[in-house]
Amino acid sequence: MDYATLKLIWWALVLFMMVGFIVMDGFDLGIAMLLPVVSKDDDDRRLVINSVGPVWEGNQVWLIAGAGALFAAWPLVYAAAFSGLYIPMVVLLLGLFLRPVGFDYRSKLADPVWRRWWDRALVAGGLIPALILGAAIGLVMEGLPFRFDTALRLHYGAFDFHWGWLLSVLATAISLLLLHGAGFLQAKVTGTPALRARGIAILLAPLVSLCYLLAGWHLVDLQGFQLTGVGTQPFDPNAAISPLMKGVIPHAGGWLRNYFDYPLLWLVPIIGTLAPLVSGIASWLERGRVALLASAIACAAMLCSVAIALFPFVLPSSLDAVSSLTLWDSTSSYKTLAIMFGLVLVLMPINLGYTGWVYRVVRGKLDRARIKRDSHQLY
Amino acid sequence: MQNPVGAEFNLLTQRMELVDIAAVLFNPVAQVKFVHTVAAGYVAASMFVMGVSSWYLLRKTEVQFALRSFAIASGFGLAAILSVIVLGDESGYRTGEVQKVKLAAIEAEWETEPAPASFTLFGFPDQTAETTHAAIKIPYLMGIIATRSIDEAVTGLKDIKVQNEARIRSGMVAAEALDQIRQGDDSPANRTRFEQHGQDLGYGMLLTPYASNIAKAGEAEIAKAVDDSIPPVAPLFWGFRVMVGLGVTMLGLMVVSFVQLCRNRLQDSPRLLKTLLWSIPLPWIAIEAGWLVAELGRQPWTISDVLPVSASVSLLQPGQLWFSLIAICSIYTLLLVVELFLLRHVIRKGPAILHTGRYSGEQPELARIA
Repeated sequence: MDYATLKLIWWALVLFMMVGFIVMDGFDLGIAMLLPVVSKDDDDRRLVINSVGPVWEGNQVWLIAGAGALFAAWPLVYAAAFSGLYIPMVVLLLGLFLRPVGFDYRSKLADPVWRRWWDRALVAGGLIPALILGAAIGLVMEGLPFRFDTALRLHYGAFDFHWGWLLSVLATAISLLLLHGAGFLQAKVTGTPALRARGIAILLAPLVSLCYLLAGWHLVDLQGFQLTGVGTQPFDPNAAISPLMKGVIPHAGGWLRNYFDYPLLWLVPIIGTLAPLVSGIASWLERGRVALLASAIACAAMLCSVAIALFPFVLPSSLDAVSSLTLWDSTSSYKTLAIMFGLVLVLMPINLGYTGWVYRVVRGKLDRARIKRDSHQLY
Repeated sequence: MQNPVGAEFNLLTQRMELVDIAAVLFNPVAQVKFVHTVAAGYVAASMFVMGVSSWYLLRKTEVQFALRSFAIASGFGLAAILSVIVLGDESGYRTGEVQKVKLAAIEAEWETEPAPASFTLFGFPDQTAETTHAAIKIPYLMGIIATRSIDEAVTGLKDIKVQNEARIRSGMVAAEALDQIRQGDDSPANRTRFEQHGQDLGYGMLLTPYASNIAKAGEAEIAKAVDDSIPPVAPLFWGFRVMVGLGVTMLGLMVVSFVQLCRNRLQDSPRLLKTLLWSIPLPWIAIEAGWLVAELGRQPWTISDVLPVSASVSLLQPGQLWFSLIAICSIYTLLLVVELFLLRHVIRKGPAILHTGRYSGEQPELARIA
């Protein structure tokens, strides 16, 4: 296998892990945000929390796997993104702290004031990561303010905010995860939370599609990049080893270029627009599992549409176009990628099989009676 | 990062790249440190369970429950503390092999002593005067621990500095060759120079904070870099002694409580139980001290002998770092307070909180009789 193929495989793997995170952990974040809205008393809230009780930790590992894959496969992207988005990343981390301690500490005392405060922490623990991840996608497509010097040391500059675009991406992210959480609740619990989740899903579904289309409309005004060679040399993905060995041509609306070049790709954003509506209709027809499946497809399609738009770029720079990182010139050595690919081939099937098995074990719907019976093993 | 292996500098990509995955996986230092750290965690857990059980025994509540958990924790803890100490000794031996400067700093050994070197039990290391005041020394001991022989010398800090100066000068040549290769002068002469001096490139980078062009650094800058090339001695010296002292103390406590437990005399030893209760924080202090020794002892390096901290830090603004530092410290402090409050609550309630009907705390009249 040549180096370029391996690089492409790793692009797909990183994307796969990010899709895995947003599909699996997305509904955890969603139900955390929905917690006060869908429940009328403490038993309801426990029902909602325990619906993800056995699986939320496993789901969050997708994020760690994704960050780990970035670190090992795309060290330059890892460095530029984590330092370039330093403050948002720290806030994300603090937001992620709130969920585990919220789940665990909340159930330790029955005191209503104690529980009310942990409920607030859980809502923040769902809202903050959703906001930051949405903002991160928006900021990455705008380009992060970083550049390399000749020794490949990273320098950072100031952000340049395109508010219309950013706000529409944020609105898409939050409403999508709320819809996904509502889909999950309909599939997983009975009683008031499921009923209220149904109403929320029906209301939210058109809003999600609308926000997504609005973001797409703003994308046209954003500057995109096109990859070229240096001078008369064409760009060679096999030989590319340093981010400074390429040419980059900026042009407005450039992130839609891939779609115009390969019209078949329009299918991905079309699915991203329609899937939330399907989820809403399924909720209306009281088909909880279909609603969940449709919102999961929406999550995957929307993230893929971003990745396709940027391709072959993964982290554009707003300071210096040539410093922009592509999947060809920001990877580890051939040997590192090959070894890790071998590891993934062994570990990923185990991981997927295990995850599937866990969901089989905890299949079926939770109800209030089960929650009332058991106040020690459950949260 | 303490003992980097399996990677080489690639001139083409200008970075360190993996060449030998087996060397990384079977890095002896990493293995010893991993098991040492995990075993230390077991000790902390055992001391905690023993301390809480002692509290129940002192108050004469939930006696059966407390005795049983005490028995498990003390047997397990004894095994754990023994392995911590044995592995810690192994770790010290490995350190003597790969990070001589850390060992010398831990022992505040400024001069190379004739083998076997003496062990400084106590003293006040002085970094600027390069000497240890009021030192109490035990002859021969250190040489035996660190080299497991009586004829190998332990290199002192002053001699290490002399060696480091030579490596810094060699690193300057490497940096110059690398810079010229970057500028496009990829001649065989430059290649050979880099191959000869490349292993000292990291030492050259110690000049990063003092000279914008490493290859052109003057004598004053080199002297500063040489002073930077050894870790701060006093915190290492004290951190190590705190860790080992607490480790030996805990070993003593574990042995005594295990013996008392086997003789079934635990409840008749209130002084031992009280000591155990107040010893709950000891493993945490020992672990923090050990962490300090390991990581401060690696200074000035991020990756030992390859990449100094001054060259590896990101170019973020100080304000951003203050924000993250304050935010993370405050949220962890807040969580610590919550955690302690919950621990106190659960311990006071005892196993009765499970409502299984097996524990005396669930029946108030029984608890009063007991």
